[in-house]
Amino acid sequence: MNLTIDQIRGLFPVLHQEVHGKPLIYFDNAATTQKPKAVLDKLRSYYELDNSNIHRGAHTLADRATREYEQVRETVQNFIGAQESAEIIFTKGTTESINLVAQSFGRKFIEQGDEIIISTMEHHSNIVPWQMLCEEKGAILKIIPITDSGEIIFEEFERLLSTKTKLVSVVHASNALGTINPVKSIIEAAHRYGAKVLLDGAQSTSHLEINVVDLDCDFLAFSAHKLYGPTGLGILYGKRELLEAMPPFLGGGEMIKEVSFEKTTFNDIPFKFEAGTPNIADVIAFKPALDFITGLGKKSIKAHEDELLSYANDLLLPIKGVEPIGTAKEKVSVFSFIIKGMHPFDIGQMLDARGIAVRTGHHCTQPLMQRFGIEGTVRASFSVYNSKTEIETWAEAVARIAKIKNK
Amino acid sequence: MSIEEVQEEIVSEFEILGEDRESTIFYIMELGENLKEFPESQRKDENIIKGCQSKVWLTAEESDGKVHYLADSNTDITKGLISLLIRVLNLRTPEEIIHAELNFIDRIGMGNIIGSQRSNGLASMIKQMKLYAIAFQTKLNT
Repeated sequence: MNLTIDQIRGLFPVLHQEVHGKPLIYFDNAATTQKPKAVLDKLRSYYELDNSNIHRGAHTLADRATREYEQVRETVQNFIGAQESAEIIFTKGTTESINLVAQSFGRKFIEQGDEIIISTMEHHSNIVPWQMLCEEKGAILKIIPITDSGEIIFEEFERLLSTKTKLVSVVHASNALGTINPVKSIIEAAHRYGAKVLLDGAQSTSHLEINVVDLDCDFLAFSAHKLYGPTGLGILYGKRELLEAMPPFLGGGEMIKEVSFEKTTFNDIPFKFEAGTPNIADVIAFKPALDFITGLGKKSIKAHEDELLSYANDLLLPIKGVEPIGTAKEKVSVFSFIIKGMHPFDIGQMLDARGIAVRTGHHCTQPLMQRFGIEGTVRASFSVYNSKTEIETWAEAVARIAKIKNK
Repeated sequence: MSIEEVQEEIVSEFEILGEDRESTIFYIMELGENLKEFPESQRKDENIIKGCQSKVWLTAEESDGKVHYLADSNTDITKGLISLLIRVLNLRTPEEIIHAELNFIDRIGMGNIIGSQRSNGLASMIKQMKLYAIAFQTKLNT
């Protein structure tokens, strides 16, 4: 599917509005992406026509809803190249997916003295669950250091690996810097020591081609709302043999085979991990979002976003006072920066006055900010519906702001 | 000038700026430059009013029945906001401060200009300034 930028923008109702009298420029896509009309329509039509609880109803509506819900599991399976749909578990979001692994895999397989490796550039949601687990189990958390450009130091990572390493949990693409990590090599190295690998794919799945079989990752966690889908829905991919060996995360309906007061037997995967009525509507409305991405093709999405990022570099880097944070060679479309003498929060608010939405602060990566010796950054993150004209307007606004303290 | 008169003055200054949001924010930032130097020794945790992204340090002293405020922030917009509060409330009696109705904030539509995060911070600042006044009032009455 070849669409012009205007045609793509036409699919996203929210983009066509003014903020403070200026056309909205939405550069906060790493926080959440906007939703195409097809997703909104699906949400509405599900509630208008098919709403019912899934898997057990003996009536037509329940059957329709169940079929649509399970079809999305297959769409997600194909989207990430998983071998079977049973390896796809629906959760609330990336955070819950990671916590599920920490609680379930962790409870069963992590013991005292075992080691878990994460990197300096992790989001808090890929730090805190492991700290909690390590505290509980007496396990040790090891941190991969990074360079000044924001890249993992691979030799240091290899030095941390040992037979004590049980799990490596790393971000595929950094939310604060944009760095794309060499996950294939990380996985290969970890597997040589028998360690399992979880990839935090929250920022990578919308930009990069991902094939879990080819990568050979053991777990992949990501969120629908960063892939043009609804909020409140996440995915956990796990290899069948691992998911089968792991105990349930939450107890309740749907996840059981048989319950008596003496003993409960658990359902098969994926249902073992989906206790209670799931987020049916949002799962069903996720399909048009995935179809949108597949229709455009990740290659052309990435090419467009790369062009925006490189244009952002061209226009922002010459501005006096602007310092980029995160200058890795391989990046997704994130431009994080500070301006000398100015607080990111002030910059964000001044950009908002021009209708430009960016993120400011520590981006839930405080240890990473400490690594760079800063409190936070201003982060502009670009998506498929952003244009070069928008980059120009933004750059012009940044130049005007930077001038206040950098004459 | 009375508290009301200072507030009137601020409101008319903002009216001159008109609707352009960016110039209004630039103006608020400029106001921050009027703040008196904040002593480094007072930049400590017990004087912090913490917001989500910006920090404010506030101290107060009473002499001759008037309250002297000193404040600072790590962000320029917040500095501007504090300077407005100080302009209205500094060197007043605790009595005046306690009963002051700070209507200029709503009248210039500050909430809309600075957003909800900073509005909450602004409310905490006012609360802390009034708490100091209440403490001094109690001291003066005993």
